[in-house]
Amino acid sequence: MTNHWIDIKNSDCILIMGSNAAENHPVSFKYVTQAMENGATLISVDPRFTRTSAKADIYTSLRSGTDIAFLGGMIKYILDNGRFNQEYISLYTNAPFIVGKSFKFKNGLFSGYEKNAKGPAAGKYDKSKWAFEMDDKGVPRMDRRLKHKRCVFQLLKKHYQRYDLKTVSKITGTAVADLKRVYEAYSTTGTRGKAGTIMYAMGWTQHTTGTQNIRTMSIIQLLLGNMGVAGGGVNALRGESNVQGSTDHCLLWHIWPGYLKTPRASNTTLTAYNEKWTPSSNDPLSANWWQNYPKYSVSLLKSFFGDKAGAANDFGYEWLPKVDDGAVYSWFDLFDAMYKEKIKGFFAWGQNPACSGSNANKIREAMGKLDWMVNVNLFDNETGSFWQGPGMTPGDIKTEVFMLPACVSVEKEGSITNSGRWMQWRYQGPKPMGNSRPDGDIILALGEKIKEVYRDGGVFPEPIANLKWDYTTNGMYDPHKVAREINGYFLKDVTIKGTTYPKGSLVPSFAFLQADGSTSSGNWLYCNSYTEKGNMAARRKHKDAVNQIGLYPEFAWCWPVNRRIIYNRASVDAKGVPWDRRDWVIYFRGNEKDGKYVSKKWLGDVPDGGWYPMQNPDGSWRDDSKYPFIMRKHGHGQIFGPGLADGPFPEHYEPLECPVEKNYLNPQMLNPTAAIYATAADAHATCDPRFPYVATTYRVSEHWQTGLMTRTQSWLMELQPQMFVEMSEELARLKGIQNGQRVMVRSARGQVECSAIVTKRFKPFRIGSLTVHQVGIPWHYGWRWPSNGKEESANLLTPPAGDPNTRIPETKAFMVNVAKR
Amino acid sequence: MDVNRRQFIQISSATAAGLAVGGLGFDLAPVKAHAGMLKTKYAKETTTICCYCAVGCGAIVHTSKRGDGRVLNIEGDPDHVINRGALCSKGASLKQLVENENRLTQPMYRAPYADKWQSVSWDWALERIAERVKKTRDASFIRKNEKGQTVNHTTAIASVGSAAMDNEECWTYQALMRALGLVYIEHQARI
Repeated sequence: MTNHWIDIKNSDCILIMGSNAAENHPVSFKYVTQAMENGATLISVDPRFTRTSAKADIYTSLRSGTDIAFLGGMIKYILDNGRFNQEYISLYTNAPFIVGKSFKFKNGLFSGYEKNAKGPAAGKYDKSKWAFEMDDKGVPRMDRRLKHKRCVFQLLKKHYQRYDLKTVSKITGTAVADLKRVYEAYSTTGTRGKAGTIMYAMGWTQHTTGTQNIRTMSIIQLLLGNMGVAGGGVNALRGESNVQGSTDHCLLWHIWPGYLKTPRASNTTLTAYNEKWTPSSNDPLSANWWQNYPKYSVSLLKSFFGDKAGAANDFGYEWLPKVDDGAVYSWFDLFDAMYKEKIKGFFAWGQNPACSGSNANKIREAMGKLDWMVNVNLFDNETGSFWQGPGMTPGDIKTEVFMLPACVSVEKEGSITNSGRWMQWRYQGPKPMGNSRPDGDIILALGEKIKEVYRDGGVFPEPIANLKWDYTTNGMYDPHKVAREINGYFLKDVTIKGTTYPKGSLVPSFAFLQADGSTSSGNWLYCNSYTEKGNMAARRKHKDAVNQIGLYPEFAWCWPVNRRIIYNRASVDAKGVPWDRRDWVIYFRGNEKDGKYVSKKWLGDVPDGGWYPMQNPDGSWRDDSKYPFIMRKHGHGQIFGPGLADGPFPEHYEPLECPVEKNYLNPQMLNPTAAIYATAADAHATCDPRFPYVATTYRVSEHWQTGLMTRTQSWLMELQPQMFVEMSEELARLKGIQNGQRVMVRSARGQVECSAIVTKRFKPFRIGSLTVHQVGIPWHYGWRWPSNGKEESANLLTPPAGDPNTRIPETKAFMVNVAKR
Repeated sequence: MDVNRRQFIQISSATAAGLAVGGLGFDLAPVKAHAGMLKTKYAKETTTICCYCAVGCGAIVHTSKRGDGRVLNIEGDPDHVINRGALCSKGASLKQLVENENRLTQPMYRAPYADKWQSVSWDWALERIAERVKKTRDASFIRKNEKGQTVNHTTAIASVGSAAMDNEECWTYQALMRALGLVYIEHQARI
């Protein structure tokens, strides 16, 4: 979330799309309700009438997988009706940037497209074709009047000209009148002083166009001036208590802690690596914050290897693994390699891929090809016990499995980071049950054992031997020691701006980190979380901002540097005056003399850099200010996004499996860069009469993710005892299915037995001349619990395709059939 | 004063009955104060953050200071600024996650081709895992790729997990996996 949970109360219009927040993030509704009591409008857009829809002022449906068409129509509406904030977009976004002549869009393809000879990515773009034009100083050429025919604003207009109400309606199945109501209500937040927010979740990400779904909304938020303001922002409602933290610390193949890049093989030295990934800007008004990259990468290496990392050995850069250029090691690719017997050893640590991965039958089969697996969890699960699951013959499966008992969160101490980026400390209640242990103890003990077996040699033992591993106190894992390492230390006396910070003291914030090895920091984004002032995450003070917008700056801690709303310098106009005089986030209150600002003072939240505003009170421009989008190379919010794999503007493409034979917006059916897997276990079928109904997965309040932590509890199982499929009354009539009857749901990849829920919550769609039915299934079940083995995972049905940027699977739109058993 | 469960219920129902007839002149203050005290006097009180979704609701955990030292109760934390004491159905059931007979409490091992688990010690399990890691890593380790570039990685070991771990655990875990040379490092954020 660019904003945070409590901030939702400040909104004037809340769009919930790609999420069912009332059901899956129930406490968030405390703030949705508060906003509504203050006059906000709540809009729910979902294929199904959900618990969120039941609370909404406006509800409408769309067919799964058509969000870009729906939102593209909103962009056109905003542009056609002049609802955008002209001052905001011309100064803070790249709307005025001039795009080079080689940028084209034709037949559903952007310029620079090339089909791939072999998968999984269907094709790729030469992104240099989408580059901005630069002036002779190397600064992007701009037309702040937004008139130039190749400026981003004009190109945006041209691109979405095609997204008229009738065309959109034909794709999404939404009535034209409903589209207009939603567009009208939401676009009023473009008015100065009004804020609109988006609450989305996996309903937007789990598509072959997932990243672009969110990009489309980001464009809308920039056009309406909703970024950086209270009650605005782009807010991903993340589904796991620490998925924000685990992402920040980068348990992901492509990034190092703090969103640094995993080095490529071509980054042969630390210098080459830093040069490659440190952006440079020639614009004196661009903060280009990532210019500090080498300070963060070197400090990270110091945290990895401590005293063993020095300038003489590139701070141990060589010891860390490099990925091959162009190769992808994502979830899908990992299990594809496992299925092809290229992976021998596997850690499933606090995760249940046998139920959570798309096309889970392939994953279960792949696990039988391993030599060994380590499964760490609170409960026995479908992953650790895969060898005795449905259709498996234990006597044929060689995989050796170690199943290690982790303890529950209340039995240990440490921090987690919520969706609003708040890092919060938890304390130990009871001791770990039985022989279970905190994950931290297991990780440290395993590390010790591995260090032991390498003491007598082995292949390239240096990184293992030199890994700094001193995080115990009295032989036990000590989360405070790690938390301090993540924050970072001064490793010698360092003098900065006249103040000397002694060796061994904690670094106050990432602005103090150094690239010469004199500081460490396990994650620069968390530098400021555990300082000489103490453990910031453990704070509990209730003092709010003066205008009561719910910032609570001394309750817990949030990254970066306790900034509660990021991009907040876009919440003020060029003179530093908030767009919204009541729910302001920051306010410039420096002294003024002869129409000029002469001293710096910002009130409110921690500003995105404390520079002067861009303009003086007399309207003259300052040369010591910076643009507000400080993490972007050119300092501007990106309406045109030239870095993405599938194009600088979002375009509607159909899901891999869909019910229509034509894309009404362009001749491409599928995203031309989507990743599609192709082993014998990766079947898919589009517009196939065997699988005529659209399906989507979702969650219920009473269960969580694969259900492992909730299927094992009697109270929650009493509330939601079994796998079900929701369908419309019309579809049930067509198939002769009664409410409550057990039915089979089948896709090209598998089948799952479900109880039918026949409901008014689903209605058939009119798509062109077709009637399209959609069904929905929760993904919380698995054969291990309940122990009758009959309730299975929805992911046995989901498809083998993912988004080209992230490779997140398309589990929100695929095709199935439903039949009586 | 020792209060067993039966007496506790009697006091609680007396409180409920007392509330119902509150206008009749009973002084309920001592009874209510006693009922409130029971939860805390014989229990350690700690705060936690719910382990399910990412709203980050606060909860209060009461752990018995006597007997088995287990959790007596978990409820919403009224002093937490996000949830102000409220919890959803999952959060309100947190106690059942902790005090749950289905939990794993012992390391288990399944040998190749075996049809059952066997209980093992931590040392036994960790030593064997370390040996397996070394064997697989050493047999598969790539110092240089086909282009002759240094890669120092193994693609024969993979890891998934975990958004269920604390920040400090996530950091430590990724450090270990990267030191081993793994490039297949993924978790819930990807799906």
